[in-house]
Amino acid sequence: MSGTALSVRVEARRQLTRLRTRWTFAVLLVLPLVVVGAYALGDGDGEGQRFSDLATLGSANFAIFMLFVTAPLLLLIVAALFVGDPVPSEASWASLRYLLIAPVSRARLLTSTLLVGLGATVVAMLTLLLWVLLVGGLFYGWDSLTLPVGGTLDWPTMLGRLAVASAYIFVGLLPFAAIAFWMGVRTDAPLGAVGVAVLASIVSSILDALDALGDWRRGLPNHYAFEWVGLFSPEADYGALLPGVLWALLWATVFVALAYRHFSRKDIVS
Amino acid sequence: MASSRLGAAARTARARLAVAVAVAVAVAGIAVAPLVLPWPALAAAERTEIESMRVPVGDEPDGSSVQLDVDLYRPDETGSAPAVVLGHGFGGSKDDVADRAQRLAGEGFVVLAYSARGFGDSGGRVHLNDPDYEIADAQVLIDELADDDQVRQDAAGDPRVAVVGGSYGGAMALMTAGADSRVDSVVASITWNDLGRAFYPQAAAGVGDPGPFKKLWASTFFTAALGEGVDPGAAGQVCGRFDPELCAQFRAAMESGDSGDDGGDANAVLRERLREHSPAPTLADVTAPTYLMQGMSDSLFGLDQADATARALLEAGAPVAVDWFNGGHDGQTSVATAQQDEGGPPGNDGSTLASEEGSDIEEEQFQDTLTWLRGTLAGRDSLGQGSLPLPAFTYRAPPPRGDEAAPAYTLDAYPGLGGVGGEATSVPLREPAVPALVSPPGAVPESLTIVPGVGGALAAVSTYQLAALPGQHVAVDTEPVEEATLVVGAPEISLQVTSSASQSSLFVSLWEVQPGGPVLPRRLVAPVEVPLSPGEPQRVDLTLPGGTWQMSAGSTWRVLVSATDGSFRVDPATRVDQIALAEPALTLPVAEGTEVSTASGVDTEVVGVASALGVLLLVVAVAGLRARRRPHPEAPQWRDVPLVVSGLTKAYPDGHRAVNDVSWRAERGQVVGLLGPNGAGKTTTLRMVMGLITQDAGTVHVLGQRVSAGAPVLQRVGALVEGPGFLPHLSGRDNLLAYWAATGRPAGEARLAEALEIAALGDAVERPVKSYSHGMRQRLGIAQAMLGLPEVLILDEPTNGLDPPQIAAMRPILQDYAAEGRTVVVSSHLLAEVEMTCSHVVVMHAGEVLAAGSVKEVGVAEGRNLEEVFLSTIAGAAPGSALNAVRPR
Repeated sequence: MSGTALSVRVEARRQLTRLRTRWTFAVLLVLPLVVVGAYALGDGDGEGQRFSDLATLGSANFAIFMLFVTAPLLLLIVAALFVGDPVPSEASWASLRYLLIAPVSRARLLTSTLLVGLGATVVAMLTLLLWVLLVGGLFYGWDSLTLPVGGTLDWPTMLGRLAVASAYIFVGLLPFAAIAFWMGVRTDAPLGAVGVAVLASIVSSILDALDALGDWRRGLPNHYAFEWVGLFSPEADYGALLPGVLWALLWATVFVALAYRHFSRKDIVS
Repeated sequence: MASSRLGAAARTARARLAVAVAVAVAVAGIAVAPLVLPWPALAAAERTEIESMRVPVGDEPDGSSVQLDVDLYRPDETGSAPAVVLGHGFGGSKDDVADRAQRLAGEGFVVLAYSARGFGDSGGRVHLNDPDYEIADAQVLIDELADDDQVRQDAAGDPRVAVVGGSYGGAMALMTAGADSRVDSVVASITWNDLGRAFYPQAAAGVGDPGPFKKLWASTFFTAALGEGVDPGAAGQVCGRFDPELCAQFRAAMESGDSGDDGGDANAVLRERLREHSPAPTLADVTAPTYLMQGMSDSLFGLDQADATARALLEAGAPVAVDWFNGGHDGQTSVATAQQDEGGPPGNDGSTLASEEGSDIEEEQFQDTLTWLRGTLAGRDSLGQGSLPLPAFTYRAPPPRGDEAAPAYTLDAYPGLGGVGGEATSVPLREPAVPALVSPPGAVPESLTIVPGVGGALAAVSTYQLAALPGQHVAVDTEPVEEATLVVGAPEISLQVTSSASQSSLFVSLWEVQPGGPVLPRRLVAPVEVPLSPGEPQRVDLTLPGGTWQMSAGSTWRVLVSATDGSFRVDPATRVDQIALAEPALTLPVAEGTEVSTASGVDTEVVGVASALGVLLLVVAVAGLRARRRPHPEAPQWRDVPLVVSGLTKAYPDGHRAVNDVSWRAERGQVVGLLGPNGAGKTTTLRMVMGLITQDAGTVHVLGQRVSAGAPVLQRVGALVEGPGFLPHLSGRDNLLAYWAATGRPAGEARLAEALEIAALGDAVERPVKSYSHGMRQRLGIAQAMLGLPEVLILDEPTNGLDPPQIAAMRPILQDYAAEGRTVVVSSHLLAEVEMTCSHVVVMHAGEVLAAGSVKEVGVAEGRNLEEVFLSTIAGAAPGSALNAVRPR
């Protein structure tokens, strides 16, 4: 055997040529333009203390607002789709069994799927980031970031913090991508995995709102989802990101391990 | 043998499950334990012993004797330790401070927690920190500590002791320090300086008269003292455990209509009495270092009370440290919003009560108290204002959104409420649009700004409509703030008031004008009651309540002047006031403190989760390595046999065996037909041959190598099982190429041209597969199975969907394929086709092999075709046994 079975390149070709990949990127590209249009129709005046009020002040503000708005739901769906959908899709097309008898070992198939899915998510986030910076710059100018508490942040610092914030958001998506991955291995319904991941996010948010749970809430996957907002203040506390990263990695590892375990023993009847 | 194997498999499966569960519980436990186990309290509980006693103190005025319920917490240390007297709040008892007492004892202090006179299990009546009663009681308790062997003594009868308390206990601490010079340190939080001025607050500068009566809080205070002492049997006994004389004075003042006329004397009497029961008269005698914590969410005792205490202490020469925090009698300060947050999943808005924040504040205060006590009770005589254990002044910004803690700042000197060195910035005011207000007849309806004790819960609700009643208020707006400003202290405004009456009471609060409506960042009201000449304009300089406000650049603020307020007693006479600006600007005191770095470090939560993650990764890595190193066993005796199925068994969870001890083999050059009715287990067998499902017992060997999921020997097997499977968005050719790429083998070995020729699709190979008919897909599936010309070709119903010419074309393909030394296994229902194509036959029925061998061996001869052989073989299976129970499909 000369090459690796189901190399990442091969799996990428299988997944990324799909129509739904193109539609996803199309949505990511169109959304900022829709938001710009919405602001043009509304009559905000750039005053106030929230990201949505400050979004029209410049490219940096617009980018952070878009990140704030897309991270909880849209990027979560994108991650769940790219990571959790391939396996059940192949099962629904009946091509999963042929991959497995190629032969591609169970672990190898999952590894390729996972790597391509995560890579596609990273590409999608980068595309979104660069695009919103560009759109914001074209429509609102290139002023440096105006902070909600007052004051500004110059571009070099802001870009650095933006990179860290994006990486943090990506890590925060990993638990739900892992849940989608695990569900994808268990079900043959292509969007079932994505649905379960979104459901998990909603349930986690509901539990997070219950004060009766007290400190137990810190273990929920998206309890620390918005910690990255604290980076955009005069003094950035990077240490505050640590609990969120660790919990996200813990949840993600658990579900990915469960997925591998289940898939390696599963009877493939699709 | 098969059943014992099954049993062994089940036992290992159970064992694996048990291990998995144990690992999961361990990982979860390690991760979560640091969050929820109260380590400090547990540790402290182990080390302290509690001695309960009753201490006799001075008699009540009516002669009855009084004993106080006291708990003494002793630290588990030899040698002498400094002592702490812990007081509790109004309406509480020593149980309220039990946790703190435990922890302090755990830190090495002797702690005396007691229920004050008239509360809890102590005797006597509530005298509201009377110097002759409660304060004398505290001195008796200090005498007790002086007699205690474990308490460090400074001199004979002079123990090293600190007095700590909040609210009622805080005033007790300050008054005890003023009355007794043996007190070495004081921590007083959210307490008063002059109770008379606290209940009759006057926010007009330069006006000595008392202000409106804080009736809501006074009533709350009073009913808290009734406790369980109300005796329904005793007629007219509405005072509960309150001292009767004090109770009568309270009632007289509260039940009288207003502070003028006949109510005047009763209010003045109460005010004088309350002043005697306050620290203010004796602060000049305090020498002990004092730590004052005052809350900015406190409509009962605001920052002005602590300010008066601090200034008096500084003048007396006692070292003082002041701390302003986001809490108080009204609960946690919460973020005030006019609208809901933007989008996002539910629960992510900043208006949820931050209970995490509350316990964080309590913990912070405990740590600060501990630092203060350690620093002041250590015995350094040279403790002066310049060498305090804590910064001289700490203040916090209003809490930001979400779970973040409010940033804290420190200064080296306490500036008071007017800003550092009196320096203040200002923001211009606009003339009010509607400059008149009416105080309604009977002072009803009342505007609602403060609700004692529930400040935090109202933060999410915009209460402007309740506070600014139509016609009863004047709203004075500022111009947009130019620069972001953190206001630290009490803003000041000067108004010109022209009234129709000889006295005007106004209630002033500071709102932030947000797009969704004005919000109240600090739920505090400054009351003003000034004597006027009717019809003549009078300048009134108002000091707004003290606190911190975060004014962002471009924000607009509103000073709301209201004629009534539900928590104060207002003159019921109707009145009209004209309000104008006497000064054009709102004065904002500021301070440039050093921010206390709140960089989060590695705390127990991070350590817990990181270790759990480490353990999990280790387990996963070990499992992965073990799986990788699993050898692929060989059966050398079958190295030349393309396919050997030996003893395969598969049972469904309900026990029904789909495949029961099936054994057959396929040699080189053979075309083997796998026959059987539906539900015979043919497809299940083939899936096990491909490694897609795991057999419960038995083995499959291809060319001597054992087959399992993803075994490398499967490279030499090609299959079409239960229909083809393609990526619908790729073309036929691309599908084949993608499939071959997935095997990882070089493109030259694919023999793509031969495969496409077999598929015979012509130009259709370039079109996406989703446009293919069933027959085209089937042919392409056969072609995909033949990619690379594998040595074993397994086809399940290859002719499904093909028309007769295509079926006829398949026949020689399969025969030629086998003739080249390869093996073909075909499963089909078309017995005539099988008879023509196959050289050998395996007949299955209900999971068992009924016949296997060459076509002649099973009995196909002249006059007896395969169909007859097949049907008779099936029918010949033993009747009445499970064999006939075919699992329906």
